[in-house]
Amino acid sequence: MGGNAWRVLRPLLSRLGQAGLVALLVGCIGFALMHALPGDQAFRLAAERYGPDIVDARAAAAMRAELGLDRPLALQLLEWLGRVVRLDLGRSLVTGEPVIQELRVQLGYTALLAGMALPLSALIGLPLGIAAGLWRGRWPDHAVLSLAVLLRAVPAYALGLALMVLLSVRLRWLPPGGFEGWAELVLPSLTLALGLAAVSSRVARESVAAVAASPVLAFARWKGLSERDAVRRHGLRNAAIPVLAVLGLQLIGLVEGILIVETLFGWPGIGHALVHAIFARDVPLVQGTALIMGLGVVLLNAAVDLACLLIDPRRGRQAA
Amino acid sequence: MRRRRLPALAAACLAPALRPVAAQAATGTGAGAVDERVLRIVAPIEIGGLDPARSGFIFTRMGVVETLLAADAEGRPVPALAERWSVDAAGLEWRFTLRPGLRFHDGSAVTPGAAVASLRRALADATALARAPVATLDVAGRDVVIRLARPFSILPAVLANYGSGILAPASYDAAGHVQAVIGTGPYRVLSITAPMRLEVERFDLWWGPRPEISRAIYLVAGQGEARAAMAESGQADLVFGLHPATMARLRRNPALEVRAVAIPRSRILKLNLASPFFDSLAERQALDLAIDRQGIATALLRNPSLAATQLLPPMTGDWHLADLPPAERDLPRARALLASAGWTPGPDGILRDRQGRRFRVVLTTYSTWPELPAIATALQAQFREIGVDVDVSIGNTSDIPRLHRDVTLELGLMSRNYALVPDPLGTILTDFAPQGSDWGAMHWTDPQLAAALARLEGATAPEERRALTQRASAILHEQRPVIPIAWSELAVAIGRRVGHVAIDPFETSYRLQDMRWREP
Repeated sequence: MGGNAWRVLRPLLSRLGQAGLVALLVGCIGFALMHALPGDQAFRLAAERYGPDIVDARAAAAMRAELGLDRPLALQLLEWLGRVVRLDLGRSLVTGEPVIQELRVQLGYTALLAGMALPLSALIGLPLGIAAGLWRGRWPDHAVLSLAVLLRAVPAYALGLALMVLLSVRLRWLPPGGFEGWAELVLPSLTLALGLAAVSSRVARESVAAVAASPVLAFARWKGLSERDAVRRHGLRNAAIPVLAVLGLQLIGLVEGILIVETLFGWPGIGHALVHAIFARDVPLVQGTALIMGLGVVLLNAAVDLACLLIDPRRGRQAA
Repeated sequence: MRRRRLPALAAACLAPALRPVAAQAATGTGAGAVDERVLRIVAPIEIGGLDPARSGFIFTRMGVVETLLAADAEGRPVPALAERWSVDAAGLEWRFTLRPGLRFHDGSAVTPGAAVASLRRALADATALARAPVATLDVAGRDVVIRLARPFSILPAVLANYGSGILAPASYDAAGHVQAVIGTGPYRVLSITAPMRLEVERFDLWWGPRPEISRAIYLVAGQGEARAAMAESGQADLVFGLHPATMARLRRNPALEVRAVAIPRSRILKLNLASPFFDSLAERQALDLAIDRQGIATALLRNPSLAATQLLPPMTGDWHLADLPPAERDLPRARALLASAGWTPGPDGILRDRQGRRFRVVLTTYSTWPELPAIATALQAQFREIGVDVDVSIGNTSDIPRLHRDVTLELGLMSRNYALVPDPLGTILTDFAPQGSDWGAMHWTDPQLAAALARLEGATAPEERRALTQRASAILHEQRPVIPIAWSELAVAIGRRVGHVAIDPFETSYRLQDMRWREP
């Protein structure tokens, strides 16, 4: 029993160590990148805070003095690290609100979007991929491949716009923007889900095709299981492992999609905030956002590891 | 339009965001709303903070925050929180008498002391008021008394700027940060989800006539295409900031009215007059003559009447010179002027001066206004025809002030708002000050303009003001310290649900309180 607990605990502990390292690296790299960008931070911040029409050198100078932007960079970074240790992400340089408070709101919206997009992508991508894998080389396989290539090749921005024109402007089924109810959630999450489904359907197809041709399934049939039971009991479980691992990877890819989709649909999530914070050179907000995203990736990887372990007990035995 | 609130999961995610809002809503004066229709406004500009100095314009436009004075459609000062005002003979002591019985949205009384406290904060921040020569701010009975260091005739216009908005003392926390926007306007804040959404409801203790629209939402959509789609799908009653390319399509939509209102904003070319390329008037005139303004206005802005023959558009009244002939493109004259300034074409067609220096400059612009990069490349092609080689550098809004400060700017294409203060003098005074300005002249002074502007600051007689204003505009036109390219319009899509919509060219207010539903 103790061995079993260790089997689950060990990867979690190693992930925890990784999380600490990620936090440190992401914070430092974010800080360095923000200061490597061309342009003057005080001017950018002042333009964002007061609006472009009123920003001038005087406002920028006041901003520099107020925020101590001319202090040595190393000191500013050390201060940030010191605060992070105390779980304080500082205040946004533009709005003056605590970063943690802004992130809490934005993270809620992004979680909602991702939480809708991911199951939706699984709902679209997996059945299509499984069908393509079971009928490999036949017409469903070709049709799913063409669709996947098309959806993957179209940038999220263009896909979102096309869905907006079709479903909102022409058919009037869904609102094209806003964030007040479930209806507003559909278009952005569908845009994300279609891009994700394009990849997950391919992985599911390959995985199912490999399992379908494997001795495991052949043995299942040979011992007398019906085709349906063979696929259900032995096929799906074996095929699920690579699919799950890829779903985990996709969550990371989701971040990229979220930046674009949130901006296009005006969804007030973490991706939208990150884009604006970068333009505004709002360093604490960029660092905080990157930190949360980095930790999120580690957390998801841990969850995927754990799920793979539960589906495939052989892995744990090998490790032990 | 029926909307369902996000159920439990969303509520749990968003609870921290919504809590302060709920608290704020609970303290207000509930209107007992019967009319469930909500007016929806979609615009590109995000809510960047609660302080009037920051995104104050959103709160004044939505009728949440008011100023002592406001501006009418011509930019003239009109009473707002102050019912009347007066100035002493020396033009130094101004008195603004507050309306009786004014209430803030939290129910507290609006006192001259509270108004003075808000104005003091504005003085200390990057606002229009901070640029006025204010010496002291005091309270006398029901009056706010502002004493100036020198006469400043446009003080009423400066007080109509959003940065001079009046908030309740309870708006500020102990450190002086605005924690809630408690204003005095016809609408009070119901919820804010910064930076994307603001919801307001009618404030029943407002001093003016009771508005018909009881609730309204300000929603941000940064992408022009998304805004157009929101208008087309009936998701929004008013959509501001339409791109020229989508206007024609929206105009064909029978469910929408598209209105374009001329506004005091100009796209201009800022020149570094200390550079050897632009130090002579002949060079600046040559550039001016090489520009195909009609082409730019027609092809890129889809409205030929926006071609800017002078700095300020006709709607700015005395600032516009009515008798000026239209600006014609004249390449032979432009070449002759450049030759007279010592520039002759080299073997590659690019001009060279007597020292053999090529006429090659960098034009800096930014993409906040999506038309600017396109105009920049049009100018690049047009200047090439007179042998001027232009590199276009597209960055962000802060590049032009920064390069002005570094003295490394050569040419800057920008969109300048002359209505930050509803009298263009407020902006002209800083933009063309003798020492130059980030968004105006660079290494250019003109003693006659300086004298005219100095007199305008103190002048009050209408005839004198008119003569001085026209004189100042004429000097700016003759000397071309900046070269005007195109004027601007504010394009709005209006849904059929709503009537009595008046678009304020000075963008101080959406005038929600005057709007009506078309069907009761």
